[in-house]
Order: sequence, then C-alpha cells, then structure tokens
Amino acid sequence: MESSEQDRVWAETQASPEFQALKRKFRGFAFPLTVAFLAWYFLYVILTAFAREWIATPVIGNINIALILGLLQFASTFLIMWLYERHSSKHLDAASEAIRAKVDKELAK
Amino acid sequence: MSSSTLSTVLFAVFVAFTLVLVFRAGRSTKKSSDFYDGGGSFSGFQNGLAIAGDYMSAASFLGIAGTIALFGYDGFLYSIGFLVAWLVALLLIAEPLRNSGRFTMGDVLAFRMRQRPVRGAAATSTMVVSVFYLMAQMVGAGALVSLLLGISDPGAKSWIILGVGVLMIVYVTVGGMKGTTYVQIVKAFLLMIGAILLTFMVLWTFHFNISDLLGAAAENSGKHEAFLQPGLKFGKEVLDPVSGLIDPFKTMISKLDLISLGMALVLGTAGLPHILIRFYTVPTSKDARKSVNWAIGNIGAFYLMTIALGFGAAALLSRTNLFRGYKVDVTGCLMDAKGAAIVDGANACTTLENVGKLSADAKKLLVPVDPSGNVAAPQLAEFLGGGAGTTGGAIMLAVIGAIAFATILAVVAGLTLASSSSFAHDLYANVIKRGNVSPEKEVRVAKISAIVIGLISIVLAIGAQGLNVAFLVAIAFAIAASGNLPAVLYSLFWKKFNTRGAVWAIYGGLATALILLVFSPNVSGAETSLLKLSEVGFRFDYFPLANPGIVSIPFGFLFGWLGTITSNERNTQKYAELEVRSLSGAAIGKAAVH
Repeated sequence: MESSEQDRVWAETQASPEFQALKRKFRGFAFPLTVAFLAWYFLYVILTAFAREWIATPVIGNINIALILGLLQFASTFLIMWLYERHSSKHLDAASEAIRAKVDKELAK
Repeated sequence: MSSSTLSTVLFAVFVAFTLVLVFRAGRSTKKSSDFYDGGGSFSGFQNGLAIAGDYMSAASFLGIAGTIALFGYDGFLYSIGFLVAWLVALLLIAEPLRNSGRFTMGDVLAFRMRQRPVRGAAATSTMVVSVFYLMAQMVGAGALVSLLLGISDPGAKSWIILGVGVLMIVYVTVGGMKGTTYVQIVKAFLLMIGAILLTFMVLWTFHFNISDLLGAAAENSGKHEAFLQPGLKFGKEVLDPVSGLIDPFKTMISKLDLISLGMALVLGTAGLPHILIRFYTVPTSKDARKSVNWAIGNIGAFYLMTIALGFGAAALLSRTNLFRGYKVDVTGCLMDAKGAAIVDGANACTTLENVGKLSADAKKLLVPVDPSGNVAAPQLAEFLGGGAGTTGGAIMLAVIGAIAFATILAVVAGLTLASSSSFAHDLYANVIKRGNVSPEKEVRVAKISAIVIGLISIVLAIGAQGLNVAFLVAIAFAIAASGNLPAVLYSLFWKKFNTRGAVWAIYGGLATALILLVFSPNVSGAETSLLKLSEVGFRFDYFPLANPGIVSIPFGFLFGWLGTITSNERNTQKYAELEVRSLSGAAIGKAAVH
C-alpha cells in the first residue's frame, strides 16, 4: 500500500466516531484519575512537611496519623490499579481491539 | 564455615544458575531484533516480575531499610514515592508506549519528529540517566561487599566493581533482553522470598503486634516518639546557631527540599529508560498493563515489608551495631569527624578492636563508616538467625547478602541493556547511519556498545567510590523526571508537539537538573558535600536545595512547551497515526514510516 493511502487510513480512523469515543473513554478516565492521585500524594507530602504536630497524633498504640496516611497511599495505589483494570476490560479493550482489527485489515489491502 | 565464605558460595550458585539461563536465552535468540525486546513474547506476569526485578535496586532493599532503621519514619517516604510513581506509568505511559514504539524510548519520541535531532537527544539522556544509575549501583556493590566481607581496602572494592561490571556485560551481550529478563525474574523471586522471610521473623518476634514493634524501635533508637514521625531526616526545623530559635528561611528551604524529593520520586520512575523498554517485551498493550499490575503488586508488597525490616532493625539491633565500624586514620587510630585521632584521657590512640573501651564522651566523637545504614538489613538477618558468631546467624547473613548482590546484578544488567539499545538503535542506526543499516549490524553495534558502556561505568564507579549512592540515584531520577517525562507525555498526548519542543524538553530538563545539582549543597558548601567545605575552603552552593526536581521538572515541561510554540512545524498526519496506533495497537511492532 502506498504511504499516502496509509495516511488516509490513519486520518479517517482518527476522525471516526468509534475512535473518538474510545479516546474520550480513555482520557476521561485516566486524566482525572492522574490528577486525583497526584493531588492526594502531594497532599500527603505537604502534610508530612508542614503539619508535623497533627500528623504525629497517635491513633492506636504507637500507630500515628503519619503511618496511617502512608499506608493509605499504598491502599489508594492498589485501588486505582484495580479501578483502571476494571475500566479497561469493561470499556476500552473491546473497542480498541475492534479498531485495531479494522485498521490492520485496511492496511493489508 | 564463615558467613563470608557461605555468602560467596551462594552468590556463585546464583551467578552460575543465571549464566546457564543467559546462555540458553542467547542460543534460542533467532531474530537479531530479539536483542532489544526478547522477541516481545513474555507474558504479563513474567514481565511484571522482571519489572520488579529491574526496579527494586540495592537502593530500595538496603537503602530504604537502612534509612528507616536510622531515621525512622522518613525512610518510609521513599517507599511511598517509589510505589505511587507506578500509577503514572500505568495510567499514562505503559500501554500507549507498547503500542507505538518498538525498542527504545526514542522510538516514541521521534515518531512524528525529525529523526536525527530527537533521537540524538533521546540517546543522550538515556545514556546520562543510565550511567548515573549504573554508577550508583556499582558503588553500592563495592560498599556492600566490603561491609559484608569485612574488606575496607579500596583496591579490593575495585575488584568487586570490576567483577560486577564484567558479569553484567556478559549477561547483556550473550543473553540480550531475553537473558536479562530471566536474571531479573530470578532476582525478583529471591528478593521477595528474602524479604518475606525477614518480615515474618521480625513480626514473630513481636507476636505480630505492629504497635509493639514500633514502640520498641522508638525506644531503642533513643529518639522516642520522634522516631515514628516525619522530620528526623527530611524537612527539619533548622535552628539559628546564635539565637537558638527556628530559622524560618532555612526551615522553609528544608521543607521545600522534602517536597522536591517527593516530586522527583513520583515523576522520575516513568521517565527511566530501562523501565520504559521493559514494556516492549510483551506482545500487546493489554499485556503491558497486566505487567504493570503485577509489578505494582510485587513492589507494593515489598515496600510494605520495608516497614518491618527497617523498624525491626531499629528495634532489635544495638545502635552501634547498625554501623559496621568506625573511621580510623593512617596509623590505625580511631578518628573524629575532622580526621584527628580521638584522645581518650591518657590514651592518645585507640584501635578499632578496643572501641568498646572508650569512655562515653570519646564514643560521641566516633565517625561511623556507613552512616547511611546500608547494612541494616543484612545485620538484621544475622541477628534473627541467632546473632553474630552463631551458625544460624552466619547462614542468614550469607543468604541476605547473596540476595543483595543478585539484586544489584539484575539492575545493572537492565541499565546496560537500555543504554546500549539506545546507542545502537537511536544514535548509530538513525542519527549516524540515517536508517541505512542492517538489523544484524545494528545489534552487533549494540553488543559492542554494551561492552564499552560497561567498561566506562566500571572506570567511573571505581573513581566514584567515595560518592553517596543516594545522591547518584537522585541525579538519575531528577533528570528522568525533568527531561524524559515531559517529552514522553507531550509526545503521546499533545497534537502540536514537534521536533524543537522534544529537543528543548529533553536537553532543557537535563541541563536544568544538572546545573542545579552542581550549584547545590550536594557538591559544595557543607561537610557532607562532594567537595568538603573544610577541605577545599570555597563554596558555590547558590541553589539551596539538595533535590532539584521542584524547579527542574516544571522547567522541563516549560522548555517543551516553549520549543513547540516557537516552531512552525506541525505534523498532523503523523499525529493521526500515532494517536490511532497508541490507543488501538494497530500495526504494533512496525516501525513508523518516514
């Protein structure tokens, strides 16, 4: 296939409603989630730097707020991983597979 | 059998076993491109383990455990940053990178750009980041060996560094990506087993009561509650030496330094070339995602265990034992921080063997040989096995010591592979030969460059033995976050991004990070600097932060944006291809046509 023909396939696919829907579903999920986890992480870092007295408050025995907040960072990381996996397998994988098959077929012409 | 003999034997078994794997991988490698991506046929699970093996360096295992053991809570900040960083890779980078690139970070950056400038920049930053990281690991290897085997002679350390370097060259040139991946999988497995064993033993000692463990650590550290709170290492309240009150400016700087470190940790990972190329070893983007999931599971579990390892070491080991020894001068007398022999009453000289006889006042003057606490984990192992001088202790020390060597070896192999791939594929094939080179020739160049880069880092590491390992790792992370990450993110998601933007982002971010580091307290102005103030007598620490990220990362993004909007080049057509490929995986593994 001519390279100009290939370019046409890419451009048409990019403009197609299926692709635009896939892109929206990916970005609409990944981008806000990225902002959210970065904000949550930096909140934690800023608290460890500037809220020393509050963060040092013991909660259970020797376990203080600082340790709990740190463990919550682990928990949120595992949670986001699970959420993204669920979102991808539900909303992204099939759509991207369909586009891939269609494009590869057209490119092979 | 002493623990050092046993350690050597165990390590030799590991080396022999991995060499067999590597030679078998080398024989089963058919296509020359397999050197770069191992045939792209690993499963998500295998690659997830390999990523964990590639990522969890000696800095993670020994460094974090040691930092927690010495400074308490603050060491845990590293664990959190290093883990959360994986979400950047998972949500934004792993899948689109797998879909649109083939072998190197430069593949994605140069996708819709003019090849030569962008690939040149990508290769430069890949090699700078990898060589700094390599030096850190090899210097760490030398320090570790000397501490475990009781060698303090710099000549012997140099031999260790040479040995590690030669092994990594063999792994990479013979086994390529496939062999390196096997080594990393084996290492990840061993490291997890070792960490689980130690964690279980620590928790067993405290009847699985975390609060008791923390309480014992706090008491034994002598710092009490403060040991369980942030602030012993990072973001300290700095007191004015004259008035004794808190100096608000210096305190603010110290807190900003903490935030800056946090930034580099969380944003650096997704810009590390040796991590990025691991996503190419699986067949589809879905597998790339699964590998990151497995990696997060492994790495997360490991970093959770650093709490038990670090606080366990703090609780169970005596404070003086956390350090393996103290500095002595040329005549063998224990010396103070200024290099003078410690005078204790009538004794003008005390040797290392008699350190226990020093008076309490004189003991305060001692300078520990390993102030970073890098041996906390191995010493904890010795203690849990029954203590120094017991068979159980010797076995545990040997096992954990051998795992630590294996850790270093797997990481340096990954780094050498990443930098030689980039040299051959980006610089040689696409910049020097402008794409006119056979795949066989390209891989031959990659193998030669692996040898050359390996030798260069051996020489640099031998020369850099006095450098702080954490400092070298911080440079690598800062450059990766400041130059590579903006370029990769803009490439994947910003339509207007172009050649000038990519080149400015990479060189701009890299230069800003390096320049700020040169003018930071890491290099001059303090006793902990590379150029000790008392020895050189001059200073140029105009930038007060030890971590440049808070300035250099925004600058990297800014340079990328500025370069893009000041150049008229737009490649809408190629962006259509990149966008469709990155989200769908169409034409996966095929080079972009230029």
